[in-house]
Parts: sequence; structure tokens; C-alpha cells
Amino acid sequence: MLFQQIINGLTLGMTYALIAVGYSLVFGILRLVNFSHGSVYAFGANSILFLISMNIGIMPALILGIFLTGALGVIVDKTALEPLRKQHAESITSLITTIGVSSVITNLLTAQLGSQKRSFPSLFPAGSLNIGSISLTYTQLGMLFISLALLLGLLAIVNRTKIGLAMRASEQNIRAAQIMGINVNGVISFTFFLGGMSAAIAGALVSSYYSMAYPNMGYTAGLKAFAAAVLGGIGSLPGSLVGGLLVGSVESMAATLLGSEFRDSMAFIILIIVLVIRPHGLFGKKEIKKV
Amino acid sequence: MTAKNQNALDSLKKYAATPIFTYIALAIAFALLIAVPFMGLDSYVMNILVKVSIYVTMALGLNILVGFTGLVSLGQAGFVAVGAYTTTILTTMYGWNYFLALPVCILFSVLVGILIGLPSLRLTGTYLSIITLGFGEIVRTIIIVWEPMTRGPLGIRGIPKPSLFGVQFTMANAGLYFLSIVLMLLVTLFTHLLIRSKTGRAFRAIKGDEMAAMMMGINVTYYKVLAFVLAAVISALAGSLYSTQLGYIDQNTFTFDMSTMILSIVILGGMGTIRGMFIGSAILVILPEVSRSLMDYRFVIYGLILILMMRFRPQGLLGWKSRRPYPISPKALALKEEAASKEGWSTHA
Repeated sequence: MLFQQIINGLTLGMTYALIAVGYSLVFGILRLVNFSHGSVYAFGANSILFLISMNIGIMPALILGIFLTGALGVIVDKTALEPLRKQHAESITSLITTIGVSSVITNLLTAQLGSQKRSFPSLFPAGSLNIGSISLTYTQLGMLFISLALLLGLLAIVNRTKIGLAMRASEQNIRAAQIMGINVNGVISFTFFLGGMSAAIAGALVSSYYSMAYPNMGYTAGLKAFAAAVLGGIGSLPGSLVGGLLVGSVESMAATLLGSEFRDSMAFIILIIVLVIRPHGLFGKKEIKKV
Repeated sequence: MTAKNQNALDSLKKYAATPIFTYIALAIAFALLIAVPFMGLDSYVMNILVKVSIYVTMALGLNILVGFTGLVSLGQAGFVAVGAYTTTILTTMYGWNYFLALPVCILFSVLVGILIGLPSLRLTGTYLSIITLGFGEIVRTIIIVWEPMTRGPLGIRGIPKPSLFGVQFTMANAGLYFLSIVLMLLVTLFTHLLIRSKTGRAFRAIKGDEMAAMMMGINVTYYKVLAFVLAAVISALAGSLYSTQLGYIDQNTFTFDMSTMILSIVILGGMGTIRGMFIGSAILVILPEVSRSLMDYRFVIYGLILILMMRFRPQGLLGWKSRRPYPISPKALALKEEAASKEGWSTHA
């Protein structure tokens, strides 16, 4: 029973990791907590559902929705955040801006679609795989594999490609990267695009798992994924994975052992414990303060 | 702008800063505050006014953290909830008088403030904000889980209005209005005196440069925790009053949206200013009410205001004062410019 719960938790944890990647990548380069990311995730799930209901077929709807959400990430950066970077604004200014963006996106979704929960079609065939007493539905298996493949893909992009090199350079020192001829704003937009895409994929997977989508779904998921990103060490991709899995499994264990009321705050309880003991997360690099 | 205009503006600012003018303006504002309940406004408007003044109080509390000390708290609703639930539980379940419950509420919020302030020993900047965000969410879970006390997700209904010597402070007899105004003015006075005190200077030194403040012998840890405690107490007091106004509280009264709202008031009005809190609260509380005809789109506007403010006026509506540079004597400025021209760089870089 407990083991089954851990498996369920790990599956959800994989999707937290996918959302966490978006926080992590952006924080790595801009040192900014992008509070609009949860609403981008909700936009992803809801736009895919909307496209599916237009009867253009599930696969084209998914692909189109994922690209749209990636584009939304870029739009957020270009319209709201890039002007602030040009003004060399204080970091709290950008933080508040992302909270504003989140409110705009969520409320636009609510105004357009209504706040009710709408059913989301299953993306995977019904049925399950039984190993001993544990059963894994095909949806769960699909979630695990797709998330893992995506995370590996992202890791490959960051570590093996030229744009990934530019991302890492911008992460180390944004001005030095600029002097070396890197189009830093382009790199940042690309980062937002990747974050938006992975959030949309996570949104589709989670919606299909719970078979529903609604405009406010980004709030809790966003906070949990954010906790996962910080937990693993914000700015580190493997950290996001470990953080996501940890949050996912701990919260389903807490739901079984302590009661389902504890589920939603578990992420924050472990987050606070970890931050107090290791202020930069499990895998984060310690920043050296120079006077 | 021509030099003459600039001079005119300067003299105007000087005039506006003279005590007599300020006192007259304050007296008028004060008279207006007292006169409001006798204007025959309907209860809907009065409710909004009470809400505005309660949010001013909350914003003043957060302002101590964000505006003066430079610690961004994203979990202010947690402190509000602590205050609201402490007094509500004491008054509804144990039949205490509201005013007797207030000292307990203060005591509780001091403890919670210390508890949340302590991580600031080790964490700074974004990470500290995250802790406060987590705190806000954990408070909500405690509300749900601690059912014998908080009645969990059912919430507490029928919260009595405060009463003193048999007189009830209700919306109808404007008692609640005056209570909220008194609290707001007391907190305003307190913050006003606080900024000018040694403690206030220590707060601002920490905001300016924590490391330098430490080097100057300021006990940074002590003052940071103190800032959290003050913010917690003020928000909790506002929360206890808010709960009596609402008459019903549950865990969804104190969401992240409320924390964002309080933070937005501080930002919109101008961090580190006192008068900004009044303007910010008035705009952000009244705006959703007057734009009801826009239905769901009114909250979109609310987000847009935040974005546009940050883009075009990040110091807030009334933030000009806090941006005024440190006064440098003309002589020192001349010396600096002379040195600059010798070195061949501009001071206006």
C-alpha cells in the first residue's frame, strides 16, 4: 500500500520536476523567481484542452498547444521582463511584475473559459501493468517515460548544444557573455520558450492523469514545483528532478500516513527544513559574497 | 524643463514641506475621517472604507519589512490569519471580550514573528521570501488540520462584533469604522516615530547594505527579527479586526492572493513611504468594487496595473520622497565635480 503510494507520488513528482525546470532555468540566468510560471502551466493544459475540443485531432492539438505555451513564455519575457532588464530595475520590481503577469493570465483564462473544472481526455490507453502488489496504469507509465525523456532532452540541450553553451555562459556571468558576442536576450527568450513548453507538457500529463483541467490549476502546482526547484537547488536541472521526485513521494506518503489535508503543505515543510539546514538547496551552488 | 520652472517646482516642494501646510492638510484629513460616518453613506460604502483602512494597517506592517528593512515577505496573510484566528477562537469559543483577547493576539503574533524571523539568520533575499511564502501556506494547512480549535474547512461563523462596557462596535453605529480608523492612525503614528528612531535608522541601514550595517556595529540579526515581529503584530491586529468585520473566516480568507494584495499596496503606494500605503490601499481595494461591471476582467486590470506600475513607476505613486538623494552641500558637490573633470569622467554616468 505504502509502496504503491510512493510510486504514485513519484509519477506526479516527475511532472513537478517538469514544471520546476522552468523555474530553475530562468532563475539560473536572471536570478528571478518567475511567479507567472504556474499560470503558464495552466494556460498550457487549458489551451491543449481547448484545441482538442476544436476537433483537430489529439496529436496536432498537443503539438500546437505546446508551441503556443512556449510562445506565451517568450511573450511574457519580451513584453514584461525585457523592458525591466533594460532599465536595470531592482529585482523586486521583476518579481512583482511576474506576480502581475500571473494574475493577468489566470484571470484571462477564467474570464474566457469560466472557472469550472472541465474533463480532459485520456492521452494513454486504459489498463495497467501489475508487478506483484503494485499496479501502474498506462497513464502513469506514460507520464514517467515522457517526463524522463524530456528531462534528459533538456539536459542534453543545456550541456551538449551551442545554445546550451550560451545558456550556461549567461548563467555564469551575463555581462561577460554579452561581451563574448552572445545574444543574451535571445538566450533568455529561448529559456522562457523551453520552460513554457515543458510546463505545457506537464500540464497535459497532469490533466490527463486527473482527467480534468481548469484555469486555477496553476496555483498549487506552481507553488509545489517551485518548492521542488528550490529544494533541489534552483538553477540545477538534476536538482529539479530530485526535488520534484522528493516532493511528489513525500506528499503522497503524508497523504496516506497523516491524512490528505497535509498533502498540499508537505512541499513547504520539507522546503523550509532543507533551506534552514542547507540554504542553497540540495544541489545548489553556494554563492560567495564579495565585499 | 527650464531652470526657472525647476526653481518654481523646488520652492513649491519646500512650501509643501513646511510644517504649517502639513498640519493644515493633516487637520483637514482628520476632520474628514471623523465626518465620514455622519455623511449618510450606505453600509456598502462604509464596509469598503473599513476594508480600506484595515488594508492600510496591514500594508503599514508589511512596509516595515519591505520598505524599511528590505525583506520581501510573501506570506503576510499568514500573520493576518494568526491574529484573526487567535481573537476569533478566544471570543467565540471561550467567550472572551474582544479587547481582552487582543493582548493574547499580540503575544501570539510576537511568537510567530520570532519563529519566522529566525530563518533570516541564515537566509537572505529570495530564499527568505520563499520561507515566508511557505509559512503562509503552512498556516492554512494548520487551520484545516487543527479542527477542534479552528473548525477546519467549515470555518468559524457568527463572529461577534467587538464590544466595550456594553457598547457594541457594529457597522450600523459606525463603531467598527472608528475602531479601524483608531487602529490605522495608531499604527501610522507608530511607524512615523519608528522610522525616525534609532531602530528605524538601523532598519534602513540594513536595507541599504546589510554587510556595511553589520560593520557599523548594528546587530543585524536582532533588527531583522524585530522587523518580522513588528510586521507580524501589526498584521495580526489588523487581522483580528478584519475577522469581526467579515463575521466569517475560513482558510480561504487568507490565501496567497491576500499576501499579494498587501504587497501590491505597498509597491503601488511606494515602498518606504507612509502616505503611499493610504493611496495604494484606496486604489486597490476600491478598484475591484467600482469595476464590477467588467465581471471577470476586473482582476485582469488589477494584474495589468501591477505590470504597468513596475514598468513605468517602480518607486510607487508617492515614492518620490524616498528617492530624493542624500543632501550634499554645494561645496562638496563642487569639489566632487572638480575632481571628476580632472579625472575625465562624468558624475552623471
